[in-house]
Amino acid sequence: MFETRIHGRGGQGVVTAAEMLSLAAFIEGRFAQAIPSFGSERTGAPVIAYCRIADFRLRTREPVSRPDALIIQDPTLRHVGGIFDGLPSGGYLLINSARPIEMLGIDAHLGHLHRSRVKALNAGQIARSHLGRPLPNTALLGGFAALTGQLALESVLEAIRQTFGGDVGEANVRAAAEAYRQVAAKSRDRRHA
Amino acid sequence: MTTQRVKFYQVGSFAVGNRLLDPEQRTIQSGPDRANALTSGHRACRGCGEALGARFVQDAAMRAAGGKLISVNATGCLEVFSTPFPETAWQVPWIHSLFGNAPSVASGVAAALRAKGDTRTRVLGQGGDGGTVDIGFASLSGMFERGDDVLFVCYDNGGYMNTGVQRSGATPPAARTATTPAVGPAPGNPFGQGKDAARIAVAHRIPYVATATVADLHDLEDKVTAAMELHGARYLHVLVPCPLGWGSDASETVKLARLAVETGLFPLYEAREGRIAAVTRLRRGPVPVEEYLRPQKRYRHLFEPERDEATLDRLQSIADANIDEYGLASEES
Amino acid sequence: MREQIEGSQAVARTVASCRPDVVCAYPISPQTHIVEALAVLARTGKLGAAQFVNVESEMAALSVAIGASATGARTYTATASQGLLFMAEALYNAAGLGLPIVMTVANRAIGAPINIWNDHSDSISQRDSGWIQLYALDNQHAADLHPVAYRLAEEVSVPVMVCVDGFVLTHAVEPVDLAEPERVDAFLPPFRPRQVLDPADPVTIGAMVGPEAYTEVRYLAHTNAKRALERLPVLAADYAARVDRSVPAIADAYRAVGAETLVIAMGSVVGTLEDTVDELRGEGVGVGALGLVAFRPFPVDVIRAAVAGRERVVVLERAQPTGSTGVIGTEIRAAVPGGPPIHSVVAGLGGRPVTRASLKAVIEAANRGELPELSFMDLDTGLIEAAGSRP
Repeated sequence: MFETRIHGRGGQGVVTAAEMLSLAAFIEGRFAQAIPSFGSERTGAPVIAYCRIADFRLRTREPVSRPDALIIQDPTLRHVGGIFDGLPSGGYLLINSARPIEMLGIDAHLGHLHRSRVKALNAGQIARSHLGRPLPNTALLGGFAALTGQLALESVLEAIRQTFGGDVGEANVRAAAEAYRQVAAKSRDRRHA
Repeated sequence: MTTQRVKFYQVGSFAVGNRLLDPEQRTIQSGPDRANALTSGHRACRGCGEALGARFVQDAAMRAAGGKLISVNATGCLEVFSTPFPETAWQVPWIHSLFGNAPSVASGVAAALRAKGDTRTRVLGQGGDGGTVDIGFASLSGMFERGDDVLFVCYDNGGYMNTGVQRSGATPPAARTATTPAVGPAPGNPFGQGKDAARIAVAHRIPYVATATVADLHDLEDKVTAAMELHGARYLHVLVPCPLGWGSDASETVKLARLAVETGLFPLYEAREGRIAAVTRLRRGPVPVEEYLRPQKRYRHLFEPERDEATLDRLQSIADANIDEYGLASEES
Repeated sequence: MREQIEGSQAVARTVASCRPDVVCAYPISPQTHIVEALAVLARTGKLGAAQFVNVESEMAALSVAIGASATGARTYTATASQGLLFMAEALYNAAGLGLPIVMTVANRAIGAPINIWNDHSDSISQRDSGWIQLYALDNQHAADLHPVAYRLAEEVSVPVMVCVDGFVLTHAVEPVDLAEPERVDAFLPPFRPRQVLDPADPVTIGAMVGPEAYTEVRYLAHTNAKRALERLPVLAADYAARVDRSVPAIADAYRAVGAETLVIAMGSVVGTLEDTVDELRGEGVGVGALGLVAFRPFPVDVIRAAVAGRERVVVLERAQPTGSTGVIGTEIRAAVPGGPPIHSVVAGLGGRPVTRASLKAVIEAANRGELPELSFMDLDTGLIEAAGSRP
């Protein structure tokens, strides 16, 4: 079982991101569950969503407290208490930020993580260039596929297409694909370095 | 619709017996082919205005609907006196659900008919003033604003008579009820409270709203027929004296309803699509409100132990204001 | 056809396959996604001639359903929490009139304090309303219970609540096999009402009944509920065979054979419980689970058989027990006099997650003989003390 927790703000498509992750896993013939953490629907309020992926039927309903991967859609959330809670030493962290990870002031939370599994992705900028709006969720999903290797890029892109459809879907597909390339390239750079 | 303009002067009033009229001018109720939807043998009090009104409304609606009518009834006297299990006085398909939901239930009946493609069967909802003006008002307003194809009829006797004469939002000022007793410095129902449900219905801009009484049964039948010629949400507010609640003699039900009109206290009008379309002017100079109030024990404190001139003046001024607002000035004046 | 789909969508599309004639809706979280989905289906012609009625309150929603059902329409509505309470008077009325309305309750806590999250306090509070209550274990189950609910409701003339955990299920996206409409059609014949408002054959519905017959009317309702309990597993098995998957309708036992400790629960927490049972079984602990699906009518015989011979029973209570010992536990104790100790554990109120770790701790405490008759899981005693009260 692979568990992901997504943090963002109302309006950034946090819940949709978890649903698309689960859909991508479903497309691969695996079992998946997406659960929003539920609140009233206020734009800008912190929102959490979870996604579990497994090769067996998922039964548990509890929130993800020890995520294998953490996606942070809004960098301003990085100082919210508890946001990094439960991330184990083998866990992945993908954060939407224009600044490199070292400059985010979150080193205290990263000490136990493998450097190759921690990425800052400028998903907002990628989204702006493809969608005209800084909606980072699909780009982060592309980055997630590259970072974790849990899902094939094609599955993620298909999930995005099925979710949005039409031109909006294709624009999001391009954003996710570019994010995938950036994260994959960074990983290669790091390995070569 | 040509309204029957009967001008017989009988027993000192404007009442007219059908047998004095040509057969085609008689009421639907007097016809041998009437539906008799609310049949005899029910358990209403003698002199019940609501039973009288409901008979005329039902049968006029039945004629207009070609016999294809479903009736929905709120909890209240009409429901209680007509359906003591295992008996029923209804010869129409009839349902009673709750006190405050009759308009919604009627909406549901109408929705089911639409879903089944039944364009012929019509829906009539009915209740007293408590069920309509108070506890069922949100339900009524919802039915209005959705434009559901229902004629809803309120039989207004100015209080919760079924439970023993308590005040409702339709109880008139100064009237004594069990919860607005005739004691203390301001006996009876306070002035300035209550609501004009018919005018609020008009404000919904529904196709048809009318007021009527059981004094002019031609007029009542005509208004039911006019309402049934239209579709969408329609409303009829019928004044029905209650001998028990009003403390009046059972023989005076029709007379009191007529006096309510002739004093100007209960204006008769029709409104279409949110505008007053027709007003029934008084046939003679307005009758002083005292003539209407005096036979009712619910107003006795205005006359005994001493005459309460100030309150009588306030009630007269309500009638005068109605006459002015609705243009009720008599045809003879 | 299996889809990765939100619970609310799965419910709405299955309800659509049941071919309702009238759908009425008043929004309340977390029921909204269900009726929104049905609104889209209605607007796009996927509900045929069905009428979708937006009303001004839950009271009106159920009242419209009452009028429509009495006129021979298959009707549907959905609500939650305060909405269910607001329609309480009409709930009893629909049941008393024997109208086979099906309603989804997206289970949610009741205020005050206002709380939009999941527990069962809403539907449990209406346990004596005369409605059949079925609690969905997961979204597949939630979807499958609706055709069964309609068939049962119409066969025995009783309304049915399908209780689906708000947010936890209604907003969860997971794989669900949606039954092909033709399979639902084959299972669920068109609605033939026991009595109907019809000018061709006038009936009086909702007459006043006095002391001379009221008890008899209630007795008949009670025996009718018992009949529903007999028919429910038969109908569910029929549907299950048609869709080729199991559809538990009374209760679903999990690794209960030989278990000294039986944990009984309703709704989506059963999945988490089953994972916990696996974990404890792996450690050699003799524990099993019973997911209770039918709470009304209460399946006394099934409960008796399930509880017989256990050392102890733990009941997860997802409704407030104010001043008593837990609603389900009380029913079970009454069903099994002289049986094993029944421990009511109030868990998951107002959206508090029920975790495997907490379940494990509770079961271990029960096995050590340290669990009282009534306890509150994961109680934050610090919070209570901070508020100036004693835990």
